[in-house]
Amino acid sequence: MTDITLQAEKGTSLWEDAWRRLKKNRLALFGLGLLTSFVLVALLTPWIAPYAYDAQNLDLGATPPSSAHWLGTDIFGRDLLTQIMYGGRISLAVGFVATAVALLIGVTWGAIAGYVGGRVDAVMMRIVDILYALPFMIFIVLLMVVFGRNLLLLFLAIGAVEWLTMARIMRGQVQTLRKQEFVEAAISLGLGPATIIRRHLVPNALGPIIVYTTLTIPSVMLLEAFLSFLGLGVQPPETSWGLLISYGAETMEEYPWLLLFPGMALTLTLFALNFLGDGLRDALDVRRSAD
Amino acid sequence: MWRFIFGRLLQAVPVIFIVITATFFLVRAAPGGPFDAEKAVIPEVKAALERQYRLDLPLHEQYFAYLGDLVQGDLGPSFKYPGRSINELIESGLPVTAELGAYALLIALIIGGLSGILAALRPNTLQDYIPMSMAMIGICMPTFLLGPLLVLFFGIELDWLPVSGWGDIPGDKIMPSITLGAAYAAYVARLSRAGMLEVLSQDYIRTARAKGLPEWQVVIKHGLRGGMLPVVAFLGPAFAGLLAGSFVVETIFQIPGLGRFYVQAAFNRDYTMILGTTVFLSTLIVLFNLLSDIVAAWLNPRLRAQLSE
Repeated sequence: MTDITLQAEKGTSLWEDAWRRLKKNRLALFGLGLLTSFVLVALLTPWIAPYAYDAQNLDLGATPPSSAHWLGTDIFGRDLLTQIMYGGRISLAVGFVATAVALLIGVTWGAIAGYVGGRVDAVMMRIVDILYALPFMIFIVLLMVVFGRNLLLLFLAIGAVEWLTMARIMRGQVQTLRKQEFVEAAISLGLGPATIIRRHLVPNALGPIIVYTTLTIPSVMLLEAFLSFLGLGVQPPETSWGLLISYGAETMEEYPWLLLFPGMALTLTLFALNFLGDGLRDALDVRRSAD
Repeated sequence: MWRFIFGRLLQAVPVIFIVITATFFLVRAAPGGPFDAEKAVIPEVKAALERQYRLDLPLHEQYFAYLGDLVQGDLGPSFKYPGRSINELIESGLPVTAELGAYALLIALIIGGLSGILAALRPNTLQDYIPMSMAMIGICMPTFLLGPLLVLFFGIELDWLPVSGWGDIPGDKIMPSITLGAAYAAYVARLSRAGMLEVLSQDYIRTARAKGLPEWQVVIKHGLRGGMLPVVAFLGPAFAGLLAGSFVVETIFQIPGLGRFYVQAAFNRDYTMILGTTVFLSTLIVLFNLLSDIVAAWLNPRLRAQLSE
């Protein structure tokens, strides 16, 4: 209770403090740097990729890394670096978009439940409890089978799974914040619940939300890669790191680089996100537990 | 305590019911019937097939008939393996998957638990940093990458272990079990470290030390029980994850378990197989969550006291 009051009173200095603490955490900074460069590369890929996405060279075939093809080529003579760059666009996009979907649903759901309280809260959180118990991994596989492997559906399906914890965190935050004077002041000024939630509650609960968001992105990316590896996620001609790993695993005996480099791209990104998430958690001093 | 268990059981019933209903209608909503793919099926044959699989009935009657079968423990026939029932497929696959999962869980608990406890005993020293960096690697290294890498290194380069199969050649169970267990060992290590650190800073541990108990007794008798609570609570979700992981591991190592059946059924669009397996696995997951909640409650003295009041 007391730290939250303190944080609220300090205003912006919370962020300055957090940034000062984060700067001391080398691993988190490394994660932030790596992630920023991966995102930049992904955004600029169509302009900076060394080869065209669909450029094949069947005569060349699979070659190990060389000066012309830094990470080698696959069995169709396609440049692996180019493949990884384009695959990264999809993998990162799934990570960010699905997390954004989860964030939007979770924060809204949790804020309403926490703000309105009473019976509405009980019903809403009961629904979350029931959904928590559902085996979602199996459901996503089912969805992909029934409705075909469509990228938009993948975003929505993963996002729809990951919002539950976000809703619990947000509700907990709102419940504590709701009783504070600045919210009472806002109510007595005649602001509507929607405005209070948007202008006063969400900004004050940002810390835990940011931390949890950073930790959701890697688990979403892992889920996408898992599905793509099984052949139930991203489909050619699109590619993603999970799909590249799956192809690489098939031919790893002859062409191990086709497995190693996409694997490194995914693992490094997950490392970066986890380090950054852990660092942010320490910097913002948020309790780990969701409930 | 019994009321708590009974209450949780009652909660599990609607969840299982929702799973069955949602799965049934989702699968039925899939475009195309199961016999549309086969070319040139004579209309009479198709009608007979549809009657046999009860596809000629209205949807809600199919649903109630399916529920009726389920209550009697009958998961229905498979479309793709004619003459075989889903019960038979599950009976042949389940023991394999259960064995794989059990080894993986054992690896996770022993390796993860030990390294977590060791790390918690000397926080911020090498004894903490080394296992915790390993755990970070374990969390960031997906199963479907670790499996092929292990095969490449230990199976092909060093030629120490067989690269596929289950119970055919001695040693072929080692790599799949490690592949499946590694990520959970990492989670267990982190959870048990956090749990032990919290518990070891409590007053009752200081009391135990003050009355002159040897350190190992303080840790094992007094620390473990509370410190392992987060791990026990994690076992429920871990079980669901292990099942999903078995999809990947069984595919990589060509193990004839439930996971591979499920992935194959998903590829072949064997709808009854998907339906039956989903219902079966989901029920298992819900029940296992329930079990881990009950054990966690039973281990937690504060909660237990509250419940027996």
